[in-house]
Amino acid sequence: MLHQGSFQRQVEVGRLVLINYGKDSGKLAVIVDIVDHSRALIDGPTTGVSRQAFAYRRLTLTPFVIKDLPRAAGKTALAKALEKNDTIGAWNKTSWAQKLSGRVARAGLSDFDRFKLKKFKSQVKTIDMRKKERRAAVGPALAQLKKQQA
Amino acid sequence: MSAARLNEYQVVGRKLPSEQEPVPKLFRMRLFAPNDVVAKSRFWYFLKKLRKVKKAAGEIVSVNQIFEKRPEQIKNYGIWLRYDSRSGTHNMYKEYREMTRCEAVVSCYQDMAARHRARFRSVQIIRVAEVSDADVRRPYIKQLLTPKLAFPLPHRVIRAQKGNRALFSAKRPSTYY
Repeated sequence: MLHQGSFQRQVEVGRLVLINYGKDSGKLAVIVDIVDHSRALIDGPTTGVSRQAFAYRRLTLTPFVIKDLPRAAGKTALAKALEKNDTIGAWNKTSWAQKLSGRVARAGLSDFDRFKLKKFKSQVKTIDMRKKERRAAVGPALAQLKKQQA
Repeated sequence: MSAARLNEYQVVGRKLPSEQEPVPKLFRMRLFAPNDVVAKSRFWYFLKKLRKVKKAAGEIVSVNQIFEKRPEQIKNYGIWLRYDSRSGTHNMYKEYREMTRCEAVVSCYQDMAARHRARFRSVQIIRVAEVSDADVRRPYIKQLLTPKLAFPLPHRVIRAQKGNRALFSAKRPSTYY
């Protein structure tokens, strides 16, 4: 990849992008061809995005690129390339993707779900507290034992 | 995608048959218009300029909409046009990179309005043709045809969707990629 200055992500064929505006907002797509300085042809055969020209201001570039994707690759070729590199899987592992999916999950919670979440959280907290207390009580004695053994 | 601002129509018309001319010559035109009513009107507008035929003594034989053959492919379009500036009439050749002929013509009208303050009424599209990469003449299109084209997007503000746009934000946006 050609680096220009300190810019890490570039508009290029094969770049995985995140749509952040419109009805496909939140979906992933791949730049298949570049129309001009404001738009690219994107396609997401496995992510439910139809092939269309899309403005960069409605996209976010991600750090992933499908290497050696030919210009104006067809749907099947693109789907194959996506599957081969497991690009979507790699994206799903990033903390960025997890944060987004977490946000979606949270927005979909009902009142009761939120209540359960609160209860669960406080449970986790008390378990943590108890662990800490036990460590505080037993820890110094354990350290002394270790010292004696040494 | 929303409906296009312009569609392409094929309009065929002729003079009304008379005793001297029982089978009048047919005239065919490919026009860009928002709908078929305007397409027919534009047909008469252009035909009056070119031949001695007018709407009062003529008829429309057919109007068909022409659809793009490959609307999912980016093409280079050359557009030949004629426009009336404030001081005279000029011919022009311009190039556009679009998915369809109609989109190219729409952006041509926008471009003429932007660069030359030319309104729709003072621009006449003469010819629209697909241009192969090798035959592209204008540098502003040529620069997009370089193999392995890549460029950064400096300084971006991600706009929120219209419904959840806030007037004030607690955080400055990060505009860097």
